[in-house]
This record gives sequence, C-alpha cells and structure tokens, in this order.
Amino acid sequence: MVIGWRPLHEQDSKQQISLGIETTADDFGVGLVGFDGEILSNVFDVFVPEKGGIHPREAARHHAKVAQKVISRAFDEAGKTLKDVSIISFSQGPGLGPCLRTGATAARALAAYLKIPLVGVNHCVAHIEIGKLATDAQDPVTLYVSGGNTIVSAFDAGRYRVFGETLDIAIGNCLDVFARRAGLRREPSLPLGALVEKLAKQGKELIELPYSVKGMDLSFSGLLTATERILETGKFSVEDLCFSLQEVAFSMLAEITERALAHTEKREILLTGGVAANERLQEMLAVIAQDHDSRFCVVPKQYALDNGAMIAWTGILAYLQGLITPIEKSMVRLKWRLDDVEASWVR
Amino acid sequence: MLVKKGAEASLFLEDWQERQVIMKRRLPKKYRLLKVDERIRTYRTIHESQLLHSAKEAGVPTPTIFLINLTDSNIIMEYVQGTEVKRVLHNLPTESRYALNVHIGKLIGQLHKNRIVHGDLTTSNMILTTSGEVVLIDFGLGEKTSQVELRAVDLHLMKRAFQSTHFLYAKESFDAVMKGYFMVVGEETGKKVLDKVIEIEKRGRYISER
Repeated sequence: MVIGWRPLHEQDSKQQISLGIETTADDFGVGLVGFDGEILSNVFDVFVPEKGGIHPREAARHHAKVAQKVISRAFDEAGKTLKDVSIISFSQGPGLGPCLRTGATAARALAAYLKIPLVGVNHCVAHIEIGKLATDAQDPVTLYVSGGNTIVSAFDAGRYRVFGETLDIAIGNCLDVFARRAGLRREPSLPLGALVEKLAKQGKELIELPYSVKGMDLSFSGLLTATERILETGKFSVEDLCFSLQEVAFSMLAEITERALAHTEKREILLTGGVAANERLQEMLAVIAQDHDSRFCVVPKQYALDNGAMIAWTGILAYLQGLITPIEKSMVRLKWRLDDVEASWVR
Repeated sequence: MLVKKGAEASLFLEDWQERQVIMKRRLPKKYRLLKVDERIRTYRTIHESQLLHSAKEAGVPTPTIFLINLTDSNIIMEYVQGTEVKRVLHNLPTESRYALNVHIGKLIGQLHKNRIVHGDLTTSNMILTTSGEVVLIDFGLGEKTSQVELRAVDLHLMKRAFQSTHFLYAKESFDAVMKGYFMVVGEETGKKVLDKVIEIEKRGRYISER
C-alpha cells in the first residue's frame, strides 16, 4: 500500500505538526510537536495494576480503552484538530507486544484516515532525542535508565552505539520489584521508583550489598535477590534498604557512565528515561561531569517517563530525512535494539 | 607524571628504586558514599594484584608488581612500553590484524584455562610492546573462577568492545579471537563457552528478531 501525503509546499502557511503515540509499556502517551521542536501538548494515561507488575494484555486493554480520550485531550490542550497534523509517529519497539500493537493499530488507522505519512520510531532513540531537544545537548554520552532499559550509549558513525547495558534486569525493574516486595503500592501520580527515592532519603545505615559491574555492562539481579533476602530477615528498616539499594545500584550506573565518558572523550552527559527523575542519581552524575569538565544534562521530569512528545519529535527527525514507514513495514519490533537504528539525522 | 587518567584509576609514571615504574592509583570517587568507595577501591586493589600475578604464572604477560599500598589503594608495577591495541588495530593490514587477534584469543584461552577471567576485556587493556608481545593489564574487575557463565561474559565483553570501537571489522576480529581461544582451551570447552556467549546474547537484550 502506498501512503498518500500532501506535498510540503501546500502546508507552508501553517506550522507542521507530528502526532506521537507511545505505548511500549504501561503508559498510553500522546504528544503533539511542531516541526520546529515546539511541544504543543504531551498527555498520558497510565495503567495501574491491581497488584504485581505490568501484565502486557491487561495494559493493552487499558490502552485500547483510553486511546480515544487521550488523543482528544492532546488535541484540546494544543488547541489543534486532526487536520493540522502532518505525520503520525508511533513507538514501534522495543517493548511489550500487546501494548505496542495497540498503539501501532491506532497510528495506522489515523495515518490511513488522514492520508498522511506514518513514521515508526525506536523508543530508546526517542528517549535520547527528547533529552537532547529539551537540554540542548549536542553530542552526549547518554545514560538511559527506565523500567525496561538500562543503556549507556554515545553517537558514533551513524548510530547510537551501546557501550554498556544491563546483562539481566533494568534498574527501574530492580527498584520496582523490590518496592513491591517491601509492600509499597504505586499511585498514578507516584511511581514505585519515586516511593523508593522518598524512603531512601530517610535511610541512614548503609547495608553491604553486592556490587556487580562487568566491563561497561552491569547486572542487577544478584543485587535485587540479596536485598530481598535481607528484607525477609526483618533486621533492617525498609528505609535503610531503599537507601542502600539506591547507593549501590546508582554507584554502578555512575561508574559505567564515567567509563564511557572517559572512553569516548565526549564532553556532555545526558541522563534520560524514567529513573532520570531520581535526584540522587542526578547528583552522582553531576559530580562526574564536573570531574571531567563536562556538561551535565538531565531530561525535565515531564519528558523523563515514557511520553508521546518524544515519539512525535523523533518521528519529525526521521521524516525530515525522508524516512517513513509504509504500512506493510509497520509491524511492531519487540526487541528492536538502539544500535540497529541508522540515525541519519544526527549531525 | 600522569600518563593516563582512566575512569576507575589513574596511572602515573614515576621513578622508584632507580627504575621507571607505573603507579596505579585508585582515587576516591566523590559521587559515591565513602563506605562504598573504600570497599570497592580496597577490594579491587587486592584483587587486581593477585590476578596480575596469577595470570603471569599462567604464562600470560602482565606487568610485574613491585609494591602494594592498601591505605591509598596504590599498586606500583612494571612500566610496560608499547601501544594500546585499540590504537594499532585499525592501522594494520588484514592479515596482521588477524594474526594479532588470534594471539589475543590464545591469551584469553590461557587465562580461562587457569581459572582466571579478566572481567574487562577491551582493546585498551592490551598493550602491544615494541618486541611484539601483548601484555594484558587492568584486572580490577577480574575473578578467580572457572564458571562457564563468567568466561562467556568475558568473551562477550571482548565482542562488545569490537562492536563499539572497531565496528568496521568487528565480526572478523571476534572470529579470529575465538579461533585462538579454541586452540588453547580445546574444542569441547570452547564450544561450551561459545554456546554460552550466544545464550547471553539471546537473553533478550542483545538480539534483534529481524
């Protein structure tokens, strides 16, 4: 199928807009972004499970239910209508299958209905690009930390190369699982990671926990198990455990970021992804940046968690390079790697 | 004189007992808590010294250790003159690059055969000396173990180093390393470890489906 789209000159009179749909995990996010980088709206609705973690099918059901409402809200807040949109961007991967498919279906339907181009976006690239847009970072070493990903990367020869990443679970996942074990409950306005951070601030005693850095990669599963075991003994307070878990896990993240910075000789550190909102992690990276005469950039809170604006913006970058995704190539890519993406728009 | 400021430690070229030596200092990191910092620095200083020595006993060239100072996390060791493999690899003609990588593979095999994993195999942690010897350095993240898993992580890191820093000839280089590795550890062990490397990649984060 060929997608028809209106030539650019017919739209010159008004601002071009990208609609971005983000559904890799528990968030259904929609953003409207102007081609000049102006973020017109960025709204989302998060799936909060009754108990336990994110069940992909349940989350997908939630997304399908709220889709229309969230999209409408994005238009209302931006004061725009469907007709104002020039391209539809969507998170094509990596992520949870049922969730991704729900977003992709909505995106395909909109693109086909409006007869405008569809752009499949890599979720990890989007976290980096929104960070660069919001902080004006030019060529950073990026630490991308979230519930599903933990990656240190930097741009080199056409792609964001992965210098280090987790060998097992993501840092956000590690914090979330521990929090649930400790009986903490998330609220829509307060993710589990934020709860752990809050409690960690009241912790005092540093409990010895395993520190596992392998080259520039790291492993959190052993750390999680050890922390859970100590929790079960009941010998230490949850506050002390949150504090110790954060200190050890973040020291590991900081160490590999510093290694990547020394290795690549770049002059900026960008912190992005959901866990970027953590102040203690920010503090550690800021110290490293200072030690290496580098600039420390952190993504603003509203763009730290999964969001539609980052997808919309990355869609624009790709589209302006002539990259569009024909419908027959718009299948979701559950394990799409960051370093598989030819980022031809960078420099 | 500071010769290399690494992320984890700094190397100083000093005069000591009428010879030139390298002093490796693990400087305190302000970003982490003092207690975490001391634990990591002390542990790695002891550990690295032990492993550098074990590796030498296993026939793998490493700098000789002269003195260890745990109070300041310092190691005084032999000054090895040469160039990082990282900086020579891309200037070599294909055949020499192949030969060098096979040789590196043999050294890794030699380590593993003697229950040592390096823990941070990159081309910056290998020095090609003027006499053509490859000297392995930086054992701070190493371990004494014969676990297949950790051996595989070791090789996985080597592969990753090629992919991120030498991406133009990454596959060719890793294949050559594996060839040398098999020569030393033998077909059976080699295959077990290589299968594990593939398994690690398949754990989800290292493979794309199409």
